[in-house]
Amino acid sequence: MEFFIQLLINGLSVGLLYGLSALGFVMIFKSSSVLNFAHGELLAMGAFLFLVLVSWAKVPVFIAFVITLAGCFLLGFVVERIFLRPLIGESLIFVIMLTVGLASMFKGLLLFFFGGNLQTYPDFLPAALAIRLGSISVPPVYVASSLMGGVFLVLFGLFFKYSSHGIYMRSVADNQTAALSLGVHVKKVFALSWAIAAMVAGMSGIMLGIINGINVHQISSIGLKVFPVVILGGLDSIGGAIIGGIIIGLLEAFTSGYISPSLRDVVPYIILVFILLIKPYGLFGLKEIERV
Amino acid sequence: MNTGNLLELNNISVVYSDVIQVLKGVSLRVEKNRIVSLLGSNGAGKTTTLKAISGLLKPENGKVTDGSIVYDGVPVQNLSPEEITRLGIIQVLEGRQPFKYLTIEENLRVGTATRWTKPYRKDLEMVYDYFPALTKRRKSLAGYCSGGELQMVVMGRALMAHPKLLLLDEPSLGLAPLVVKEIFRIIRRINEEQGTTIILVEQNANMALQIAHYGYVMENGKIVMEGGVEDLKENPDVKEFYLGVSAGGAARSYRDVKSYKRRKRWL
Amino acid sequence: MRRMHVHPCGNFKENYAQELTVFETDFGRIAVFLGLIVLFGIVPFVSSPYLLYVMNTTGIAAIAALGLNILVGFTGQISLGHGAFFGVGAYAGAILATAAGLPFWVAVPAAGFITAFVGMIFGIPSGRLKGLYLTIATLAGQFIIEYILVHWESLTKGTMGITLPTATIFGVALDNDRRFFFVIFLCLAAITLVTSNLMRTRYGRAFIAIRDNDRAAEGMGIPIFPYKLLSFAISSFYAGFAGALWAYYMVSISSEPFTLGLSVEYIAMVIIGGLGSIPGSIFGAVFITGLNEMLRFATDALMNLGALAGFGLNSASLREFAFGLAIVLFILFEPKGLAELWRIVRSSFRLWPFSY
Repeated sequence: MEFFIQLLINGLSVGLLYGLSALGFVMIFKSSSVLNFAHGELLAMGAFLFLVLVSWAKVPVFIAFVITLAGCFLLGFVVERIFLRPLIGESLIFVIMLTVGLASMFKGLLLFFFGGNLQTYPDFLPAALAIRLGSISVPPVYVASSLMGGVFLVLFGLFFKYSSHGIYMRSVADNQTAALSLGVHVKKVFALSWAIAAMVAGMSGIMLGIINGINVHQISSIGLKVFPVVILGGLDSIGGAIIGGIIIGLLEAFTSGYISPSLRDVVPYIILVFILLIKPYGLFGLKEIERV
Repeated sequence: MNTGNLLELNNISVVYSDVIQVLKGVSLRVEKNRIVSLLGSNGAGKTTTLKAISGLLKPENGKVTDGSIVYDGVPVQNLSPEEITRLGIIQVLEGRQPFKYLTIEENLRVGTATRWTKPYRKDLEMVYDYFPALTKRRKSLAGYCSGGELQMVVMGRALMAHPKLLLLDEPSLGLAPLVVKEIFRIIRRINEEQGTTIILVEQNANMALQIAHYGYVMENGKIVMEGGVEDLKENPDVKEFYLGVSAGGAARSYRDVKSYKRRKRWL
Repeated sequence: MRRMHVHPCGNFKENYAQELTVFETDFGRIAVFLGLIVLFGIVPFVSSPYLLYVMNTTGIAAIAALGLNILVGFTGQISLGHGAFFGVGAYAGAILATAAGLPFWVAVPAAGFITAFVGMIFGIPSGRLKGLYLTIATLAGQFIIEYILVHWESLTKGTMGITLPTATIFGVALDNDRRFFFVIFLCLAAITLVTSNLMRTRYGRAFIAIRDNDRAAEGMGIPIFPYKLLSFAISSFYAGFAGALWAYYMVSISSEPFTLGLSVEYIAMVIIGGLGSIPGSIFGAVFITGLNEMLRFATDALMNLGALAGFGLNSASLREFAFGLAIVLFILFEPKGLAELWRIVRSSFRLWPFSY
């Protein structure tokens, strides 16, 4: 039972992080219908930027965190401007392959500067964050990441539901021509969604780095895990991304705990194939509202 | 140049994808605070004319290749839709095109995109005043609303932008006659109360000519006729083809119509 | 004797047969024959073993890339699992050669058929999925196959890998690069011919119809799903065939190379070469393999500079970066790939000095 609860907690926290990583992915897909294969590299960019600031430049943690978020925001903005804007309206394969190419480029850059070894952040989370439930302990990292995940989820929910720019972004995802006819700056919306997505990705990258250590290959493979997560939750549903993330996280934790640790990394993809065959719009994806 | 004209199209040609010429030298003039109606059959180029004005040709790979569009003294042909909407030209698209996954109120709020720094509460009140039917539906998803409500939503969200020139593309499409009457009454009211200049593209010539001040008739990418509504209503051709009554008041035989039609096409 | 056909300055085709010919001009036919003579008569005897090795890997990559182009370029189904299929072929070939003891010339095509079968299984989602959903499904296929290759130890020997016997064909042992060269390039030539003919049949036309508009194709009476499956099967057959050749050529294999990275490499070949172009697939294979080798030299040279060695610089990072850059640049500036550049160069010669 104790083992079970420990797995449950691990799965939940890792899953929440998956969900948070997927959030940015969904945002890009929602506004511009781009399937971003470079998402894992965006995560890694955030993780490494934070590493540079905290371990090498010795910037205080909080300031480093803010700078990292700002840096990722800028990165997303620039990536959209330089690489994706010329492709607006091009066919799917080119857009997909462009992000695959970007993923390769970023990965190469990160490997060049940081190598393939596992690196770690200095321990900075206060131990007081840890929660003890009888004999079960929840490490501070998990608590911190769950808190962050929760806070950002609420923030994004509010942003998209109530702020004007959130509504403009949703309108572009919904009907681009109509949005254009009302003067919504569609290109700005694309840029903004990439910037926000990269920022969220950077943040999740930091969290993942705290939990697993920072390694280019590892983090970018988590970027690919975003696919099972978002397919499970529905490609365009933000709440679905979080729930999909948690389900995948739990599945991973339980398979590695009860069946075999090596199966852990392939289970999400097996689930993915089944979901695609049974319910292609995912559990929470919007069903097409079709009317004439 | 006549200062009373808000918009002038001078002999414009529109070409899609560099090969298909849709407009072949269209000129029209729209005076301030007027409703101008654009009539014509399917494929005559009415919608393309509107899109040329609003800049929405661009995403469809269309281009104004010749002539000029002058709005308020400034040439606006081939500007991007973002720039044109900020000058105060808003198009209401054909077929309604709501944001299906947004609520009615959110749909309306998208209309503030050109003036997002300003408060929008008052504008919402104004729209609900014009379209009281929307008030009780404000929280429901647009995807689940009826056609009449959607037409009100898309017109309302255009009004949120405080347009100086409103381009309406077939507001009566697929609506029940009573609803059409209601919509047209509101269009008239908007024109009178807000002083909004309106270009109205319609198949329903009867309704359009009732509220418009001036009318143009398009065929095959050209303007073939223009005049004040009273003149147009009396014109035998317009009567025959758009109002559905022949000169004699009785329907003509099909054969006559056909031969007449052929004659008209060669105009 | 009929008149020689040379390239006209425009499209002057008078009937469908002319539209469909493999060689547009007699000049093209002569050029291809001359090329083949040079390829088989001269190249293998003057090249160094290293050059032969590079050419052999290029030839194998070209076969696999042709297969992927059938699926992606002609049928429009984007697959990110081609590297895994290549691996399935390699393993199938290796297992058939060792456990079943089949001779080379049986094992390689048999590996192709096995891979075709596996490819069809992973093509089943294409019945319901389109576009990006299918791409994600093939991505899942890549990971699942990768997992099976590593963990089905009784069959694949896991991370230990399999060592193959020397390939023999008609009593000749293929024990050096030159002998392999003949086998690989004969296969490539035959497969290229088969592919360009395949695209002229109803099957090829059905593929293209599905790519351009699947609903319209269905409306025209093309059963989409069987054709998509067929496309998956043919494409994986090529991958498996190439994989088995590769396994024999490399002598021993392990599961290491058949990662998503390899799949991306193949996609890169197809895109850089030119989607839906048969010569394009070969150009792409040449480009990517060449790039690989050049980068290896470049990193070796840089490593010797010493100053940079501290960066943990290795060929992997540079390769990743250069690959990505090549893909991105081609998509941004010449999305039709090398085949289009080649066409532009040729036509500017043909039309010279009047370029219209």
